[in-house]
Amino acid sequence: MAKRIEASNVSSYYGSFKAIDSVSMTVEPKTITALIGPSGCGKSTFLRSINRMHEVLPNARIEGSLTIDDQNIYDPDVDVTAVRRLIGMVFQRPNPFPTMSIYENAVAGLKLNGVKKKSVLDDAAEQSLKAANLWNEVKDRLGRPGAGLSGGQQQRLCIARTIAVEPQVVLMDEPCSALDPISTLAIEDLMFKLKDRFTIIIVTHNMQQAARVSDKTGFFSIDKTGDPGRLIEYDDTQKIFSNPTEKKTEDYITGRFG
Amino acid sequence: MSLLERESAGVVMTPDNIRTKHMPLLVNLGIALAALAVAAAVVFGASIGNWVLVVALGVVFYLVGLQIVAGRIEGRRAARDRMWKTLIYAACVLAILPLASVVWTLVSKGASRLDGDFFGSSMNNIGARDPDGGAYHAIIGTLEQVGIATLIAVPLGVLGAIYLVEYGRGKFATTVRFFVDVMTGIPSIVAGLFILSFWVLIVSPWFNNGTPRFSGFAASLALTVLMLPTIVRSTEEMLRLVPGPLREGAYALGVPQWKTILKVVLPTALPGIVTGVMLAVARAAGETAPVLLVAGGAASINFDPFAGGQQSLSLFVYQQAGDASRYAPARAWTAALTLVAIVLVLTIAAKLLARRTSLSK
Repeated sequence: MAKRIEASNVSSYYGSFKAIDSVSMTVEPKTITALIGPSGCGKSTFLRSINRMHEVLPNARIEGSLTIDDQNIYDPDVDVTAVRRLIGMVFQRPNPFPTMSIYENAVAGLKLNGVKKKSVLDDAAEQSLKAANLWNEVKDRLGRPGAGLSGGQQQRLCIARTIAVEPQVVLMDEPCSALDPISTLAIEDLMFKLKDRFTIIIVTHNMQQAARVSDKTGFFSIDKTGDPGRLIEYDDTQKIFSNPTEKKTEDYITGRFG
Repeated sequence: MSLLERESAGVVMTPDNIRTKHMPLLVNLGIALAALAVAAAVVFGASIGNWVLVVALGVVFYLVGLQIVAGRIEGRRAARDRMWKTLIYAACVLAILPLASVVWTLVSKGASRLDGDFFGSSMNNIGARDPDGGAYHAIIGTLEQVGIATLIAVPLGVLGAIYLVEYGRGKFATTVRFFVDVMTGIPSIVAGLFILSFWVLIVSPWFNNGTPRFSGFAASLALTVLMLPTIVRSTEEMLRLVPGPLREGAYALGVPQWKTILKVVLPTALPGIVTGVMLAVARAAGETAPVLLVAGGAASINFDPFAGGQQSLSLFVYQQAGDASRYAPARAWTAALTLVAIVLVLTIAAKLLARRTSLSK
């Protein structure tokens, strides 16, 4: 079950530094949303605010409200681990657990959350690795260390690990920035496939990628260093890349900025 | 004319000839022999020392000669490179020498009493004229005391380090870290005195009808005090080395923090933690003063660490080395060899165990 996400006036802080300023956007279920913008404009911070990963850093806090199907995830009685089970995340650098095998990595989320039955785990490992387009490459060496795979394979392993716990939303923070074009293509294909089941939000610096994969695109920007990042424009990807409303968006997309 | 050519005309950045001459090995050996000969002539000629000085002086002469000759043949840069390389090798040999010397001395002097008697009997009823007698009671004591101390110190130390790295924020954590640092510098005799005045004199009478008594357990407590800071600090460093994205990766799967620490962070840091623990164990096994103060030492076998005096290997070495009997020094050497062997075996076993649990195929 994919879910709809609604952010209204979200501002995130690192201590006294305001990283993003009242961002509001609605993400429909089973869509891919791309967040683009120059470095340091708060895309990743906003993404990390959606699954409460922002607050892992010391002194980080957030204002405003973020709802997932009308439940505010920042309500005081919300269990943060439950939120993260609902909203999975794939990071910029592949981070498979170094002490675990490929198999154990794929089902790490299930195992660490208390699933013990071997048949369930075996099934989940195969399903998620197949969904991540990795099964054929690793099915004969599931017991080998996950960290021994190539960069692209590691990233797909991390995606498999994320979808194995069946979240409703998958956040991706520049998942292809460390990968070669072939691995990137594999992951983009994968995103199209996953769209049937999950809501996907992806941060990317690659505008072709945003144009290729996403249904909607949000453009973030800052006026100058030290200012908080703002959501400048949020619209259909088609419109952003062909006929943006804001001058800033057009400048960025045509390469006249940053 | 480029800036480089104008400002430093002497530097040739684009040499026409990229080949260089190499000093033949034979010349190198010749310099070494010549240096030794000159050193011998100087030392024995002036009769100011023995062969040790000849070698030391020879090395200095060799380095100087090498620099001059290699400079002629190979050029200044290559000669400097050669000299530093030689110096580093010399330093390496110098560092290994004492270690090799210790091992050789222990083996050669300790081998004479490596018999069944030594490992099978105690010093009970052994007088100054008896050549036999053994360290069975001391081995028991060391294993029990260090074992108990490890059982107490490892959980405490690792939990403390986890607190400092994963949870500790603000003033309290800073204070804890400061006192751990201070504890690192506590002399072992002070730890022994602390346990003597606290455990032996105040607490132990409660369990013994009002009379204070020595025990192996008291020694364990003193060793715990000494092991704790080492374990906390080394574990803390190892936990800090675990990359943050690994923790975030686990959080992103909806794994609670305690489980992330237990299943992801600790296994990743395990080999390093084991090394730190083994350093602490090795230090504790070699401590003499606290055992002397609070366990008192004993000549007979005492299996019970909670009642009565107990011996330990290091204390046994200390007592036998100072004993008047002509048979005592041999016992001391063999006990020292045994102590080193025990620590070595424990360290190797721990490392193998840590490697087996982590994934390495």
